[in-house]
Amino acid sequence: MIRARTERRRIFSNAMFALCAACAGVIVALLLAVSGYLVWIGAGSINAAFFTQIPTGDLNDPGGMRHAIEGTIILLGLASVVGIPLGVSAGVYLSEYQHEWLFAGPLRFIADVLTGVPSIVVGILGYELVVVPVAKMTSNSVSFSGYAGAAALAFIMIPIVARTTEEMLRLVPKSYREGSLALGASKAQTVLRVVLPTAFGSISTGVVLALARVAGETAPLLFTALGSRLLTRNPSEPFPSLTLQIYTYATGPYPEQKKLAWAGILVLLAMLFLVNIAIRLVATRHASTRLGKA
Amino acid sequence: MTATMTQLRPDIALRAPAPAARGASAVTYPIIDAIKRGETPEPRVHASVIDETPILHVRDFQLWYGPSKALHGISMPIAKDKVTALIGPSGCGKSTLLRSVNRLNDLIEGVHIAGAIELNGESVYAKGVDVIGLRRRLGMVFQKPNPFPMSIFENVVYSLRISGERNKSVLSAACEKALRQAALWDEVKDRLKSSAMGLSGGQQQRLCIARAIVSEPEVLLLDEPCSALDPIATLRIEELIHEISERYTVLIVTHNMQQAARVSDYTAFMYLGRLVEYGRTADLFQIPQLRETEDYVTGRFG
Repeated sequence: MIRARTERRRIFSNAMFALCAACAGVIVALLLAVSGYLVWIGAGSINAAFFTQIPTGDLNDPGGMRHAIEGTIILLGLASVVGIPLGVSAGVYLSEYQHEWLFAGPLRFIADVLTGVPSIVVGILGYELVVVPVAKMTSNSVSFSGYAGAAALAFIMIPIVARTTEEMLRLVPKSYREGSLALGASKAQTVLRVVLPTAFGSISTGVVLALARVAGETAPLLFTALGSRLLTRNPSEPFPSLTLQIYTYATGPYPEQKKLAWAGILVLLAMLFLVNIAIRLVATRHASTRLGKA
Repeated sequence: MTATMTQLRPDIALRAPAPAARGASAVTYPIIDAIKRGETPEPRVHASVIDETPILHVRDFQLWYGPSKALHGISMPIAKDKVTALIGPSGCGKSTLLRSVNRLNDLIEGVHIAGAIELNGESVYAKGVDVIGLRRRLGMVFQKPNPFPMSIFENVVYSLRISGERNKSVLSAACEKALRQAALWDEVKDRLKSSAMGLSGGQQQRLCIARAIVSEPEVLLLDEPCSALDPIATLRIEELIHEISERYTVLIVTHNMQQAARVSDYTAFMYLGRLVEYGRTADLFQIPQLRETEDYVTGRFG
């Protein structure tokens, strides 16, 4: 009787394990299939010209995506310059100063809602709040610009960075804060010298995740940066980005351009991959100097 | 090490519990019973305490956590350049009292107080008191070692850095001095730049003591500094407390009666937020005036 029961449990346990393993296998297989397909289809179009040339206008030899790669990097840089400090500061406020002021609760709620706002909404907001007013002020007919695009991306980044920062700061032990305050540090000194550095690694990982999220966004840029076929580094003009260029090529009818779109996707993923690895290295090194073995 | 410990206070030997010949059930504690009824009986403060020059003076101090009252009219002077221990069962308010001195209770929501605590005659809770400046005059060490996740050097000089000290040689000299006083210098002098998190628990706690004394505080507050440590590390900290008590006033909260007997000059016995008896450690442990104190320090109640 007892033996039968243990036997039944053993079988059940094995079955559940097999089920979980199978599900994990399916996920991994899907992931491998997608990236494999991407490499297979995109790698062929990646060559020196892809990184050095800009669109030629020739449908059979459409050139490269240098403008779009540079554009994406500049857009992300601009968005980070605004989005990271604002987001981290808001996170610090939510985590460290919530008892001193009344706005923390509503602010957290708004941040949560904003995190879930569809990105096309952000694009239209950027159009209505940046592009149109700027056009009116400068009496141009249109004023799509890299700045508007970066603003839209920053708008998406801020709530994500803020909430991640808040969560990571909450993981910093209270004893650090008490220790610092008991030594006569002000709250600001405590936050800047002890709390933030302690959470540096996890906050930077969160920031990179936010960057990765906006790097793949197309919709917010459609109505703001618009995209461009030119190699421009002036963000006050219509601005190119990888995602916009991929969108244009992928929705178009020309096979050579479609190939470029696949290559663009591959390059975008590779860029995110590299940034992820880089920040991981930085964060672990940071952690090992601060927390590591003596 | 053990030998030196027994030499610390040769005058105090813990009394073994007397045989319960009198019958445990017959023993009554009128003061404890009164406290349990919510009264605040007059504490028994020995004359020896009053004769000392106080550095801290607690005057009719009361504290509430929201609606519940944690300290009931505590009045006690703390002797300058001496070690004073606060003992009593869990929840008697000894840590609360300690954290009231540097106003660390301000961080807890819903705390309010009445009465006064004076540091060298200045009221700690007066309006317009610079709390940060006050905390710089007091050092504190917590129950659990809490070194910051930075290098040993940066940990020690933290309080100097936040006061704006930038001079490298000043910082190094202060660091060495504090680490020597904390009896940690020889163990860490070759790895000041490595992380403090790699130290053992006892070393971390001595580091925290070094960090607390680097700015030469007027009073050193120790909140059960050994409760998270093993017996060997505890002995080292106790020796250390004994050594630094030559330079600093120490106020220590402890759960451990033996520890209070070993390290302190004065002991205050607290119960449910009231001061019960306060006097020389030797007197309190050997000839206490109250039956309650005698039975608590010998472990027969509490």
